[in-house]
Amino acid sequence: MLPTTPVPHPTSKASDFSETFRRAYRWMLLARLAEEKMASLYRAGKITGGVFLGKGQEAISVATGIALRDGDVFAPLIRDQAGRLAFGESLLDFTLTYMGARSGPMRGRDGNVHRGRPREGMLPMISHLGAMVSVVNGILMANRFQGRLGSVGAASLGEGATSTGAFHEALNQAAVEKLPLILVITNNQYSYSTPNSRQFACADLVDKAAGYGVSGHTVDGTDLADCLKLIGNAVECARAGGGPQLVIATSLRLVGHGEHDDSHYVSAHLREMPLGRDCLTVAESRILSESWADKVTLDSWHRDSLHQIEEAVAYSTREAAPDPAQEDWCAYSSRQLSEG
Amino acid sequence: MCLFIPAIIRGLSLPVSFSLHSELLPTLITYLEAIREALAKALNDDPRVYIYGQDVGFFGGAFKATKGLSQRFPGRVIDSPISEDAMVGSAIGASIQGMRPIIEMQFADFSTVGFNQIVNQAATMFWRTGVACPITIRLPCGGTSGSGPFHSQSLEGIYSQYPGLVVLTPATVEDAYSMLLAAVECDDPVIFCEHKYLYYHLKADGLPNEALPIGKARITRAGRDATVVTYSAMLHECLAAAEELAGEGWEIEVIDLRSVKPLDTDTVLASVARTGRVLAVGEAWPWGGVTAEVLARIASEGFNLLDAPPMRLNAKDTPVPFHPNLWGTHRPTAKTIADALRSLLRL
Ligand SMILES: Cc1ncc(C[n+]2csc(CCOP(=O)(O)OP(=O)(O)O)c2C)c(N)n1
Repeated sequence: MLPTTPVPHPTSKASDFSETFRRAYRWMLLARLAEEKMASLYRAGKITGGVFLGKGQEAISVATGIALRDGDVFAPLIRDQAGRLAFGESLLDFTLTYMGARSGPMRGRDGNVHRGRPREGMLPMISHLGAMVSVVNGILMANRFQGRLGSVGAASLGEGATSTGAFHEALNQAAVEKLPLILVITNNQYSYSTPNSRQFACADLVDKAAGYGVSGHTVDGTDLADCLKLIGNAVECARAGGGPQLVIATSLRLVGHGEHDDSHYVSAHLREMPLGRDCLTVAESRILSESWADKVTLDSWHRDSLHQIEEAVAYSTREAAPDPAQEDWCAYSSRQLSEG
Repeated sequence: MCLFIPAIIRGLSLPVSFSLHSELLPTLITYLEAIREALAKALNDDPRVYIYGQDVGFFGGAFKATKGLSQRFPGRVIDSPISEDAMVGSAIGASIQGMRPIIEMQFADFSTVGFNQIVNQAATMFWRTGVACPITIRLPCGGTSGSGPFHSQSLEGIYSQYPGLVVLTPATVEDAYSMLLAAVECDDPVIFCEHKYLYYHLKADGLPNEALPIGKARITRAGRDATVVTYSAMLHECLAAAEELAGEGWEIEVIDLRSVKPLDTDTVLASVARTGRVLAVGEAWPWGGVTAEVLARIASEGFNLLDAPPMRLNAKDTPVPFHPNLWGTHRPTAKTIADALRSLLRL
């Protein structure tokens, strides 16, 4: 059924860091190129609704997705294409949803970044920022009720979402219940157009961890190696019973809030700073400098990614759009309760 | 000592105290006890059920609906922080993982803090993903004397507006019991509006073995001159009004909607076909809401059945007042309902 070949999962359970790094890099590359393709389709007027890219955040995102395993749950946000792929979402879920195909996981009922498969641990975000965190908490509480131990849940947020009541309630709830939650905040300096100075007043967002009584970690979000190590550790801590882990990753949003936004308000100064580096380029340099792969191999990964994306887009374009006449206009699982 | 007991009972205007006379008289069960019994049965029968809410554990909840349950069902009746958003959000997560959470809001009014999770997350889950979200959210709702603007609200109309939610408004002890059990069994999110005024005032001889399904209204009192459509605590005001009008020779039919979403339009229209006149009564505010929905359906689907313009009676369009004098006038009462019926019958 799947017309694309996903990035190969490791054949052996490689504990080798370079192997993990390469794998993570390939997901990042696939995510970046897939999003670029979606942006060009958007500019060509082929996409209904908005397109939101994770450019500059692939490292922290992929590190989260890759650290999770079967039985874990992931609540990605708008900039998590890389993490979604690493967690196991197919590229087709991405293309079918963006293109509104009836055969996609959301069947045209919801779009773009709002896709998910709750039964498979991939939560479909609602727009309301912060709202997914307590849903992850609930899954973790259910795991405890059901004696399913050793599973964790990760949720992504931007720094802007730390100002919501939902963030506060959920992190406090996770702390009170000592849940294995990894809450990854990517501080990309802007929430839409709002700079950090208008978003929060603490010196460092990680200081919030102490207030909630949870472990706090910071990481350079532009450095894939650091992200893999830190998130890997945080996930293991949570898995081992260490309670919630708050991770603050620093980066810069390298695109507009969505493709409709030219991000003219982003300060040139920030772009020049280390946090303005492109994590994909940094990861690529690392691979070459460590000789974990040569240029020829990198090029073949690039070509392979493009090929997968082309196939997924071509397949999704051919898929039927939802048909209002065939649509089951019923919002109830108990059909007899629907008033139609 | 003994001399004081009847005085205390009279002071509370309770008909009989079963706890004092349980050996001699049949046991009466209150609306609140019926809710507690239903909770206990749900916990007992279904390992997927747990209760989560403020003070529901050892303390037994603000109204004592969960009294004794945390001791009987260790680890399954859990105190939550004061976090209505996270309470509901976590219930949604647990439900998609196979649990059947029951959330107790301390008062319906505070559910607005969890509103986003209820209407945007729980209500949309099945539609968006095909995965059901079986949660029950208990809202102690409605006015009681002295409760004021923030402990008296009736929010069934607001929740009914959202596709994906089931909204139940039991008016009797029996329905409080059987509909709560039906709510827990339901695969969709249920807003269970239990009326605080009925908690202690309303008593029945025992718990029912059978029940009408969700979505079915009940004709509580049959009549042929006019139909009153109501639900929750207003049922009892309407029955008192009907009784008053019976003294004047009128036979009023009283329909208890039981469930406001789904709404049993068929039973309502069939009654209006018999009587030709209708009054919808609700304790909620007048703008929109359940009574407006009832009249809209009658007007659009049964206009030709009407012998007089359909009427509705609601609370006044102000926040719910604190002082008993004001509160007693703010919401419909047997007297104002009887007056409304008299003018409806004159039309
Ligand atoms: C509760 C809520 N308010 C407003 C919005 C509109 N909105 C969508 S994204 C966004 C900015 C988010 O910033 P941040 O959390 O920092 O994440 P980033 O976009 O930077 O990744 C806003 C305001 C929303 N989705 N949810």
